[in-house]
Amino acid sequence: MAETLLTIRAEIAAAIWQIMAPAGTSLAEDEPIIILESMKMEIPISAPQAGMVVEILVTEGQQVEEGQAVATFRT
Amino acid sequence: MRIARTCRRLGWPSIAAYSEADSTALHVQVADHAEPIGPAHPRDSYLCIPELIAAAHRSGARYVHPGYGFLSENIEFAEACARAGLIFIGPPPGVIRAMGGKAQARILAEAAGLPCLPGDAGDDQSDTAFGAAAERIGYPVMIKAIGGGGGRGMRRVARAEDLPAALSAARREAALFGNERLMLEKLVEDARHIEVQILADGHGNILHLHERDCTLQRRHQKLVEECPAPGMDAALRAELGRRACALARAVGYVGAGTVEFIAASPLHPERIWFMEMNTRLQVEHPVTEMVTGLDLVEWQLRIAAGEVLPFTQDDIRLDGHAVEARLCAEDPARHFLPSPGRIMALDLPPEATGLRVDAGFRAGDLLTPFYDSLIAKIIAHAPTRAEALERLAAALDQSHAEGVRLNAAFLAAAIRSPEMRGATMTTGFLEAARKSLVNAALKEPTA
Repeated sequence: MAETLLTIRAEIAAAIWQIMAPAGTSLAEDEPIIILESMKMEIPISAPQAGMVVEILVTEGQQVEEGQAVATFRT
Repeated sequence: MRIARTCRRLGWPSIAAYSEADSTALHVQVADHAEPIGPAHPRDSYLCIPELIAAAHRSGARYVHPGYGFLSENIEFAEACARAGLIFIGPPPGVIRAMGGKAQARILAEAAGLPCLPGDAGDDQSDTAFGAAAERIGYPVMIKAIGGGGGRGMRRVARAEDLPAALSAARREAALFGNERLMLEKLVEDARHIEVQILADGHGNILHLHERDCTLQRRHQKLVEECPAPGMDAALRAELGRRACALARAVGYVGAGTVEFIAASPLHPERIWFMEMNTRLQVEHPVTEMVTGLDLVEWQLRIAAGEVLPFTQDDIRLDGHAVEARLCAEDPARHFLPSPGRIMALDLPPEATGLRVDAGFRAGDLLTPFYDSLIAKIIAHAPTRAEALERLAAALDQSHAEGVRLNAAFLAAAIRSPEMRGATMTTGFLEAARKSLVNAALKEPTA
């Protein structure tokens, strides 16, 4: 199957709570890449399928808007 | 908002503290005076103890009411208030400390004679020790973060092979709150959440104000609360009240507080266990106010001022049935994902006999990602449970928002569900039935 580079985006306006998988980390489907915090809830952004985190585009504590790119991910 | 309303009725001037995000917020407008405390991020304002103390001094405040979020159970804040010569409206700092850790609270509760679930306080934090403890307790077990709250740091484990991964995930989550220590408890399947409201003055008088049933939850956080609890008879109510007051007496409690229990269905005194104590006013306190006729904030203020409770246990009324729903900016269709943004329109039902609306926001307000998603609480009161549920559901039908997602239709569907009407709900109900309730909500006629 051909490799694909995906842009991972924040679903909602939030703060970057924790970067769980730095660039270079291999993940299985549904494993968390980043945990967002919004309205006192933690919301994981998970790997859409098995692959590797290529780049993290944000830092912990940073505010992001809905739809903002937070990482790139190779499947 | 809530505190200022009671202050006004009693003739106490109120002072609101507000962050830059809240300069036009309702709680600022309702108070007699308001003090800025810094930027929107709670770390720099609502959680910043030096800023809050400075604002209290600037404004000439003598009492500090910590509300029910942020620093309301924070030992450092209570101590800082005392050092600054301010009266913290809550129990003494030593009581907050004693009840703040789940493992320590459990030890104190057992010593006071309250039944607790089989568990392990986590004296040895190794995976091996937890593994042995889980075998002794018997699966399924619940991992809890000792310093956790709001449902964070909790993991349900059904099998021994899942324990190491669950411990590791719970430790990671707990560490974010500065304390990665964990404990274990036997998991109660098909549980109900029952809690008892207490009031204690500084003169040795301790009363309970009946129970609340807070079984409808998502993410271990309550969404619907009611009093009395379905299936609770007078003898069991008296027994739970006795347990709650015994714990309060044992720790030297002063003020309003809540002792939380976990119960197996159907309710039986031998299948209700102590869970934890909240040393503050609860979000769901209005249901207690509706059935007792007491203003809990008023009694918090009077107790802080040194007054003696002028009533006895027999004077505490239990009139009819009250039920509350928490209107939150969230999307049940997307696993209750929060929905920050600008509230472009907000329709809430008007207050009426048997219907109370405590709203913290109005159209035009911005819901920032920094704060809680709770927009308003709607509380219905009626002679019977069935009437109270229908009154609440009808009020939820009249609740709409534009600009942010609102959980009103979902809550109305939950309240009209056979499980809620028949009182067979458990703490897992809302998440298990989420999809069918979302579909039912889509079919509800809109008002």
